[in-house]
Amino acid sequence: MRLDTDPYIARYATRVRGMAASEIRALFAVAARPEIVSFAGGMPAVEALDHTVIEEVAARVIRDHGAVALQYGGGQGLLQLREALVEVMAAEGVPAHADELVVTVGGQQALELIAKCFLDRGDVVIAEGPTYVGGIGAMSSHEADVRHVPMDEHGMQVDLLPALLDQLAAAGKTVKYVYTVPNHQNPAGVSLSLERRRQLIALAEEHDLLIVEDNPYGLLDFEGRTLPSLKELDPARVLYVSTMSKTFAPGVRVGWLAAPAPVREKLVLLREAADLCPSNLSQLVVAEWLRVVDWEQQVKRFREVYRERAEAMLGALESGAPEGVTWTQPTGGFYVWVTLPAPLDSSELLAKALAHRVAYVPGTGFFADGSGRRQLRLCYSFPTPARIVVGVERLCDVLRDELDLSQAVLGTATGETP
Amino acid sequence: MSLSIAVLAGGISLEREVSLRSGNRVTNALRDRGHRVAMMDLDGSLVESLDAGVPDVVFLAVHGAAGEDGTVQSMLEVLGLPYTGPDVLASSLAWNKPIGQGLYRRAGCRVPPSVTLSQQAFRELGAARTLARVADELGRDLVVKPATGGSSLGIAMVSDPAELPRAVLGAFSYADAVLIERRIEGTEIAVSVLDGEPLPAVEIAPRDGDYDFAARYTAGATTFHAPARLPDDVLEAASTAATTAYEAVGARHVSRADLIVDEDGTPWLLELDTCPGLTETSLLPLGAEAAGIGFDALCQRLVDLALNHERD
Repeated sequence: MRLDTDPYIARYATRVRGMAASEIRALFAVAARPEIVSFAGGMPAVEALDHTVIEEVAARVIRDHGAVALQYGGGQGLLQLREALVEVMAAEGVPAHADELVVTVGGQQALELIAKCFLDRGDVVIAEGPTYVGGIGAMSSHEADVRHVPMDEHGMQVDLLPALLDQLAAAGKTVKYVYTVPNHQNPAGVSLSLERRRQLIALAEEHDLLIVEDNPYGLLDFEGRTLPSLKELDPARVLYVSTMSKTFAPGVRVGWLAAPAPVREKLVLLREAADLCPSNLSQLVVAEWLRVVDWEQQVKRFREVYRERAEAMLGALESGAPEGVTWTQPTGGFYVWVTLPAPLDSSELLAKALAHRVAYVPGTGFFADGSGRRQLRLCYSFPTPARIVVGVERLCDVLRDELDLSQAVLGTATGETP
Repeated sequence: MSLSIAVLAGGISLEREVSLRSGNRVTNALRDRGHRVAMMDLDGSLVESLDAGVPDVVFLAVHGAAGEDGTVQSMLEVLGLPYTGPDVLASSLAWNKPIGQGLYRRAGCRVPPSVTLSQQAFRELGAARTLARVADELGRDLVVKPATGGSSLGIAMVSDPAELPRAVLGAFSYADAVLIERRIEGTEIAVSVLDGEPLPAVEIAPRDGDYDFAARYTAGATTFHAPARLPDDVLEAASTAATTAYEAVGARHVSRADLIVDEDGTPWLLELDTCPGLTETSLLPLGAEAAGIGFDALCQRLVDLALNHERD
């Protein structure tokens, strides 16, 4: 008798068929164990929020606006919140009007709606290499062909873009948009320089490309510096995505996108098909919090927390990392992107790291094409500085041991057998 | 009779998620049977939880070292709690693949020729120089696997001796020793043994590529046939191999043997798993289903075996 563990398999849409259990996802089940110093998940330091104030805000929302908070709302999101979010954008100099905004369930939903709106199977999206795993997920779920452009310490190497565009044109491929996380990128921890922003915009003009600018970390520069957004440089060509997850809290699930009117209308229709409307309760809590709290002061508090944690991580790497290991130097955000010397493989090392009670995300998670085996992402946002130091020590021990073992098994550091 | 049952699942390895899936499925099944079930993780609070709850029986759904190598079994013996699955010695013997294979061969099973090398051999004794000889001895097509561990983690198929060192290095992330085995081409089957009796062999046919982690744990990624579509005498030989291995390590209650039947119809025994998975895509429940034993009944049977044995 034939036994099918998935009797529904013949029924699935093609877009689902590729989705499989993976060892990397199995990682996250384990990384949460308290014995492990986890540099895996990008969790904000929500303990740095004033929970008493939030409690009062939430109570006031129910007390004074219960009838609205507990009811369905419009698909675009409450005007009151959209107006407040325009102010948040203004803090970085990103221009917008409330009616361009659509409130989404986290920035993730915005990425998914945009993918759903634009991508037919096989359409190309150009992304940084590496890029945000959630971005890959959103685009892959709509069967996109994601192509990567390498990065360096100034972000995407935009001068490599024309050659890629020519190659794609010659292959008859349609490029629907360029997806970029220009500020303190997850996972690479670097930002797109101003010069490259201008170059990217110029190329977008020349090749008539749409740009999706994903900006969760723009306000989390340790010094509070900001660069002009791509949206500011070319409003008609840029779809802007952001979130309250890192400037307030991920638990409220409030993000947004800003798009030109025709696109915005399509996205509202798509989101209505997905979830009807964002949560009025969450929206009012966020709007009220932004109104009564000196939120820019809160952001400054977050910056300090993350700066201290970044310094702990970078200092520990500096003093403990074996030779040949390199890493990016974040000036904001949550992440350090580490590159390992040959023949180390971050996917193969993960089990060993867990056995030594430290977790990270292997680099392959951040590429659609299987690259990234020589890299890994470390997130410093959540553990305390003391824990960070312990975790980095454990990781360095693992790397050092693996280098010794590689030497013993492969013969030389470059992998030649004797 | 309604029992108080502690289901142990979780642990701290990459197999944690698989273990939790097994644990959840077992918990639901036992609750459906009217038992009072509490799920417990393998962590520092385990002894405290067991002392506080004092279950009638402990159901093991753990994967990874502490759960499968005799560690937790030993502790449960000290606590005086009956538990499902093989005891300390049987678990520790089967967990170490090279030791298990040695015992199965000695008992007369066909086991692929293999070589075991430890990290120490490489670090301290220059074993890297022996790898070319290993390939000469075992052939071009090799399987490199960690000497301990499951779920296909750390396993590499090698068909070019030049790839052997890298594969060995990869396996060392999971265990202190590596088993290098001659690859047998053929039909992959699993034969579970329940209380000494073999269940129908389950034939494993991944839709794409090898029976790797994704193929094991993604619903629908693999097709199964039970009983395996093989001649009766072959099925007989496979069952015999599975029960021989079960007896060779002194197992009790349950085990799952993984075999490959080559084109001559010879079943080759690869390994014995003493804490087989119980997820929706796992092989033991599929074998039981083919024998007319539903999942609830299977769980109940294991509970009964644990308690009967205690009464002995």
